[in-house]
Amino acid sequence: MRQLLEGSRAVAEAVRLCRPQVIAAYPITPQTHIIEHLAQFVADGELSARLINAESEFGAASVVLGAVAGGTRAFTASASQGLLLMTEVLYNIAGLRLPLVMVCANRAVGAPINIFSDHQDSMSVRDAGWVQLYVESNQEAVDTIIQAYRIAEACELPVMVCMDGFFLTHTFEPVAIPEQAAVDEFLPPFQFARALDPARPMTLGGGSEPDNYLEYRAGHHQAMEQAGEVVAAMDTEFSGQFGRGGYGGLVEPYCLEGAETVMVTLGSTMGAVRDVVDRLRADGMAVGALRLRCFRPFPAQVITQQLASAARIVVLEKAISAGAGGIVAGELRAALYQAGMSAPVDGVIGGLGGRDLTPAVIEAIFRRAAAGNASAACRFADLNADAVPSTQES
Amino acid sequence: MDTRDAHRHNVLTSGHRACSGCGEAMAARMVTDLIGPEAIYVNATGCLQVFTTHNQQSAWQAPWIHSVFANAAAVASGVEAALRARGENTPVIVQAGDGGTFDIGLQCLSGMIERGHDVLFVCYDNEAYMNTGVQRSSSTPHAVRTTTTPPGRVSEGKHQLKKDLISIVAAHRMPYAATATVAYFPDLKAKVEKAMSIKGPRFLHVLSPCPLGWDHDAGLSVTVARLAVETGLFPLIEMEYGAVSGVVRLARQRPVEEYLKLQGRFKHLFTGKGGAEEVRHLQALADTNIRRYGLLDADTEWDTNEASQAQRHGRGSYAAPGKEGAS
Repeated sequence: MRQLLEGSRAVAEAVRLCRPQVIAAYPITPQTHIIEHLAQFVADGELSARLINAESEFGAASVVLGAVAGGTRAFTASASQGLLLMTEVLYNIAGLRLPLVMVCANRAVGAPINIFSDHQDSMSVRDAGWVQLYVESNQEAVDTIIQAYRIAEACELPVMVCMDGFFLTHTFEPVAIPEQAAVDEFLPPFQFARALDPARPMTLGGGSEPDNYLEYRAGHHQAMEQAGEVVAAMDTEFSGQFGRGGYGGLVEPYCLEGAETVMVTLGSTMGAVRDVVDRLRADGMAVGALRLRCFRPFPAQVITQQLASAARIVVLEKAISAGAGGIVAGELRAALYQAGMSAPVDGVIGGLGGRDLTPAVIEAIFRRAAAGNASAACRFADLNADAVPSTQES
Repeated sequence: MDTRDAHRHNVLTSGHRACSGCGEAMAARMVTDLIGPEAIYVNATGCLQVFTTHNQQSAWQAPWIHSVFANAAAVASGVEAALRARGENTPVIVQAGDGGTFDIGLQCLSGMIERGHDVLFVCYDNEAYMNTGVQRSSSTPHAVRTTTTPPGRVSEGKHQLKKDLISIVAAHRMPYAATATVAYFPDLKAKVEKAMSIKGPRFLHVLSPCPLGWDHDAGLSVTVARLAVETGLFPLIEMEYGAVSGVVRLARQRPVEEYLKLQGRFKHLFTGKGGAEEVRHLQALADTNIRRYGLLDADTEWDTNEASQAQRHGRGSYAAPGKEGAS
């Protein structure tokens, strides 16, 4: 039965159903409601977990690191400055190959300080060695969290479920919350072979040297690449058992048949993109869209297969590598080049710091890209050029 | 087979790579053998982690984890939460140096204590960043030579005082906090055993001489640690719920010169022209400890005003930053 729930509440319900025994977090907008709902579940006895209010996000990430090493399923959530404060620990969790799930309530990174949504936070930690899944809707967030624990525990890799702050976390949508028995059937009790245990003393996190560090990193990379298959398989298995979902596994195409101009994007932006595609298709334009659900591992092969017949590609992304341009666009161009494809890729940055990507803005991007020979390495959607601060002024 | 150690747990076993005379290796061996292998050990980054887990080898015969430098107390909080959630009462022990305790690890330590985690945090204090090559920490005593507080024409070493960590920790009103050294094993043993008998957050601060960084003969580590206590520079105390509950009394107080002259890190105080004033200042700090904790006479009253005066003397202490500049 579907209920009208705030995104954060829906996420908390999904986490509760996964039976974590330790939850640690530090408050940051727009993540706070997730933790508040979990705290209420614990206070009401609806969730049997230790809820640890840490002294910082750095501490929170470290607590869940310890909790997983101590042999329990754990959960944390953060965003923006908090996610960056976790960065050192995020790398460490991944390097220790600890199966952990966290939610990133995607938010801009200061300065200037801005509490609203973009993807700069999670994109900034894309190299930390976590699986990163970007969801489009609150239902997908619920279903993906449950899948994420299976993925993490099967691959001994941490998984970050990225959902747009406010657009998803604070928005009420009808969401189906699964039955506990069904989730228990999908997600068996936590097992971690390297858990700290006096009966089997092990050293975790010891030193390495030039003669083997490279091999550890190569092994991690290979595990990440193999995790792509697990991400896809879990999406299929989940939709089979629960009778909904099927979010495309690694990528989700929309109207790609016969599409000459294809927009590639991530997260909740895809909702508006679908509407614009429908409208432009009705106008006779051959457009389509591809949503990257899984950004790490980067599913280059699946993406290039999906884009095989596209004449022009435009990437719309909500993060920037200042001085280089779009992060997704750069990786996509590399994948196309590697596959011997030469479709031009228009790189568009938009929606930063919570700026709405309205259907009109998206339509303009489509029309400019479809006009061809206008591809740019990096341009900004909906930019008020007159308001860009100039270093010449003072 | 050498069976001389058969009566010991050897939680930290032989073959590790500590320097000759390493006070931290000695202290860790004592502490972990007292606690035994039925515990989970969480280590901060630092000498102890480096010299015990080199390149796919481990000297630990108990479950042991290292994450990063600053987070040992938070990792231990998570391990403890996990174990208790699983219905297990296995003790959780943190081991960290002074950098991982006084400086970069202090926030996580405070959080761990404030939340009441059932963890014993052991700080092996060698009074500087020895693993990275003897840089000053907030635990480095006043006037010490380190590579980042070098004596020079206008400076006599570290300008600031050693941070009074035991007071900061005890101010959390935690069940048990104590200081100890490698020089007084029966005292260390009693404190580890007491700490292990108590539930909740506990803290043990073990002064651990470093022949490399302190620049003393490797055979003198225990002697140097003993003199730190006998001069009054490092009082052996216990604190319960914020109040002093025990001190190790001294038969007599030794002059600080006896301690300082064994160590190259204080050598400039006896060769440079500003050194005598710093020696007097260090003596005043030791004398203050003697009175503060009643190390010689149980009836001595602790005079806050006098203490603040003692801490203001000396060249370049933080009471007069304008004059000497901050380091």
